[in-house]
Amino acid sequence: MSATLPTPGPSASAVVPALEVRDLVVRYGRAPGRLRRRASAPAVDGVDLVLAPGRTVGLVGESGSGKSTIAKAVLGLQAVSDGTVTFRGQDLTSASARERRAVAADLRVVFQDPYSSLNPTRTIGDTLAEPLRLQGLGAAQARERAVEVLEQVGLPGEVVDRYPGQFSGGQRQRVAIARALVCRPEVVVLDEPVSALDLSTQAQVLNLLADLRDEHGYSFLFVAHDLGVVRFLSDDVVVLYRGRVMESGPAEEVTQRPRHPYTQALVAASPVPRPGEQAERRLARERLGVGSASTASADPAGCPFASRCPLATDTCSTERPALRLLGEAQVSCHHAS
Amino acid sequence: MTSPTDQRPDLPAATPVPPAPGAQAMPVPPPPEQVRRVPRGPRLAALRRPGPAIGLTWLLLVLAASLTSPLWLPYGTAEQDLARRFEGPSADHWLGTDDLGRDLLTRIVAAAGVALTASLVTVLVALVIAVPLALAAAERGPRVERWTSRVSEVLLALPATIIMLAVIGVIGVRTYWIMAVLGVLISAAVYRVLLGVAQSVRQRLYVDAARVDGLRSWMVNARHVLPGMASVVAVQAAQLFGVAILIQSGLAFIGFGPADPEPSWGGMIAVASRYVYTAPWMMVPTGVVLALTVIAANAVADGIAAHAASVSGHASSGRRSGRVTLLGATHGRADDVRLAVPAGAGTPLLEVEGLRVATTEGPELVTGVSFSVGAGRVVGLVGESGCGKSMTARSLLGLLPTGVRLTQGALRWEGTDLLAGGASADKALRRLRGREIAMISQEPMVALDPMFSVRSQLVAPLRRFRGVSRREAVGLATDLLAQVGIVDAARVLDSYPHQLSGGMAQRVAIALALTGEPRLLVADEPTTALDVTVQAEILSLLRSLVTDTGLSVVIVSHDLGVIADLCDDVNVMYAGEVVESGSCEAVLASPAHPYTAALLEANPHVPEGEALPHRLPSIGGTVPAPAAWTSGCRFAGRCRFATRACAEPLVLTAAPGVPVGAVPDHAVRCVRADDLSLTAAPEEDPR
Ligand SMILES: Nc1ncnc2c1ncn2[C@@H]1O[C@H](COP(=O)(O)OP(=O)(O)OP(=O)(O)O)[C@@H](O)[C@H]1O
Ligand code: SF4
Ligand code: SF4
Ligand SMILES: [Mg+2]
Repeated sequence: MSATLPTPGPSASAVVPALEVRDLVVRYGRAPGRLRRRASAPAVDGVDLVLAPGRTVGLVGESGSGKSTIAKAVLGLQAVSDGTVTFRGQDLTSASARERRAVAADLRVVFQDPYSSLNPTRTIGDTLAEPLRLQGLGAAQARERAVEVLEQVGLPGEVVDRYPGQFSGGQRQRVAIARALVCRPEVVVLDEPVSALDLSTQAQVLNLLADLRDEHGYSFLFVAHDLGVVRFLSDDVVVLYRGRVMESGPAEEVTQRPRHPYTQALVAASPVPRPGEQAERRLARERLGVGSASTASADPAGCPFASRCPLATDTCSTERPALRLLGEAQVSCHHAS
Repeated sequence: MTSPTDQRPDLPAATPVPPAPGAQAMPVPPPPEQVRRVPRGPRLAALRRPGPAIGLTWLLLVLAASLTSPLWLPYGTAEQDLARRFEGPSADHWLGTDDLGRDLLTRIVAAAGVALTASLVTVLVALVIAVPLALAAAERGPRVERWTSRVSEVLLALPATIIMLAVIGVIGVRTYWIMAVLGVLISAAVYRVLLGVAQSVRQRLYVDAARVDGLRSWMVNARHVLPGMASVVAVQAAQLFGVAILIQSGLAFIGFGPADPEPSWGGMIAVASRYVYTAPWMMVPTGVVLALTVIAANAVADGIAAHAASVSGHASSGRRSGRVTLLGATHGRADDVRLAVPAGAGTPLLEVEGLRVATTEGPELVTGVSFSVGAGRVVGLVGESGCGKSMTARSLLGLLPTGVRLTQGALRWEGTDLLAGGASADKALRRLRGREIAMISQEPMVALDPMFSVRSQLVAPLRRFRGVSRREAVGLATDLLAQVGIVDAARVLDSYPHQLSGGMAQRVAIALALTGEPRLLVADEPTTALDVTVQAEILSLLRSLVTDTGLSVVIVSHDLGVIADLCDDVNVMYAGEVVESGSCEAVLASPAHPYTAALLEANPHVPEGEALPHRLPSIGGTVPAPAAWTSGCRFAGRCRFATRACAEPLVLTAAPGVPVGAVPDHAVRCVRADDLSLTAAPEEDPR
């Protein structure tokens, strides 16, 4: 794909982006450097995104669309096959372990599963102090900071000496957020931070994230599969399908006036808690006529959504749609209007 | 479907119960952070069970005896008394004597030192090789793993006995060295086991999180990966120890042990076997000690494994059922007055009345839940985790986890009380389970056996439930898959569960639930693990099963959107009881309980065209643990409308909109229900 794609949304400005991903391609199932005849279909295929300082970009898509893979590539947990990852103007694409360590304090993560993201054999304090100690902080200072950040996320400071096993999912997720914020980062990658939580806890955690962002100016790369949740927290949204960007733009635009058939299907599928309205939405969803996902891999030459798309024509399976500006959003579809 | 309001069965209207005298003044508000106290079990907890404990005691005893032997052993190991050969136990020789009149006890104890320490050498050598290799292979991925695994295969293919004999030929009978060689040979097998464990621990997110922290790779391994492998390493070590003792004795038995005056267990058994007909006793003491030692090592291994399994069981079931372990004392509470909910024409299919579920130690998890399910109707149970939704659903099938049981209440299937006459729920429901009542759960993979193809998993129950031939069963299985919306049924029949996507697996799990042609399907969070688009498809599938086949469904969900999509009636549960109940329309459109209203407000899916709030109205705090449940309103600690009156015991009463005197179709458990107007916007941010 061309590298000259305009950046989505109003975040494109003269400021150096906090995080910039260009033409990212990630392939699994192949050790780097070893050539094999049949390369697997890429999990992420030519994705661009720009995260301006203090803003939040939401990354949505169904399971397997490559959301977590992008997050991992940004964090250096997964090797990048092609494209670049730039952090504050510094190219991290093939950063060495030492270069990664240098930005470790500023580029942090909260994972989806609050149960496996905390080491059960270490106290909350140990977990929170670890990155600080690596930054050269003394044990006492690290502990002090740990208590401080725990209070920031709404937990009593004395929990530093407890083990994760004693906490509920929502509390664990607060701890995980505290761990991400403990070294006052610039960018936090949030990989589905609320999808394992109850609705009421989810609201608490979303509010907490919004408060922290507004107060401290963090930039969030927010991965989620629920458009309602994404809309609440994000300024811009990128919709992914099978590793490719289907639509991207300002959150209100993408979630309220979706133009891509896939985004429309996503919006129509999320249920609302009002029986009358939900019945209408269900009918609307059925009218859309989006097929169910098949396991067959899409033709790399065409639109990845073609096998499910009600608008699909012959062009769609032979020609890969480029992103084009529709309204305020970038849409990758031959027929969207 | 008929509207719920015109089919009210003849049930008594709800009447309030007078407040119990001496009720608590104020419910204990849950502390802002309900920190759960799970007893932190040290590893040794496993060894408190008798088997492992006895095993460990035995090993320590043998070790202590051999270490202190110079202090108390009455004879020298080579001290002969040819006058007293082949003796049985006596006051002088507690375990008898051997062919040269040497004291057996002395020799057994003296040999124990080498037996145990040399086996320890094997264990240590094997672990020192296998652990770092497994860690490295798991970290570096296929490239390194390919080599290490190849080498381990070669090692495994080598004939260990022959190599050891060859080594003995070269270096002579030097027990410690020989056992070290054994350690090297065995390390391949240990590596194999540990590699799998290391790989799975590495997939845990806290390992990734540590890497993001910038931890160096050896520190990641030492701090995060290795502790996660500790119990498997311990089990391997204990088992290996037993094997090493056996092999060592085997070598001594065939003559490759210490030369004669030096005692060894294998050598002593070899001598005893020569005289087994003339002096059978001689075999007994050494044989028994050897056998006990090996058994003891294995018992310790089992103990560690069982402990690890129970610990990880807690961890994995933590989200919902793990709560069972977290309970303290309980509160008695007067049974609720029954609420009349529309339940379809005639006798409802299933009526649940005053259901109480408690752990064996006493604390109650569900305290008096009543609802009924008419034929072809969908009833929802909604609430946060920890409110007893799953326990309620599981008791409908008699599938409560161990340590939890149904203590009171009636389950009426087509009017007949299944629990009448004190019948055990499990037994009474076994007859219905699978045939009349089936279940699907959040994790479709749990229902599917990874070892068998979809075909065989569907065919077996079809033959059992419907008594058809194999050929017919395959035909029916194909039809079932088509019914649950699988297009390429033939291909799916031949797949194994791991080859299916989550949505596909849930469809297969539903097909599996339908094999017994049930009339009631209990669905516990059936779409929570799925994508929204797949969720919508599964909900459509359930809906079409209801309309096409008249299936009834009880669905558990924490997502009010899912409830709104599918349900006719809904029960909102909070802390073990129903706080609001009625038709889906009534409860969700005009919630009468502050908890229901708060759940609705916390949902970020605002009505079309409405602006998103700057912050979501959320409910502070968490669901109180069952130990903290009071007889007053259990929501009081989090309710912004709470007053003194809320501490009084309270029951379900007709919701505000219900006409006086009518049988209510909407009921609520809140003393202030009548003077609150909850559908209006909240006056204040409750945070
Ligand atoms: N470690 C891995 N090895 C091989 N393939 C992988 C690996 N991790 C992910 N994949 C594949 O890469 C693709 C993208 O996966 P990814 O985890 O990024 O999706 P996701 O959008 O985060 O999905 P989810 O919502 O389920 O978290 C999928 O096809 C997935 O099967
Ligand atoms: S390009 Fe074609 S197949 Fe793809 S989304 Fe647009 S209309 Fe559908
Ligand atoms: S107002 Fe109702 S819900 Fe709130 S505490 Fe009182 S009884 Fe409970
Ligand atoms: Mg993911």
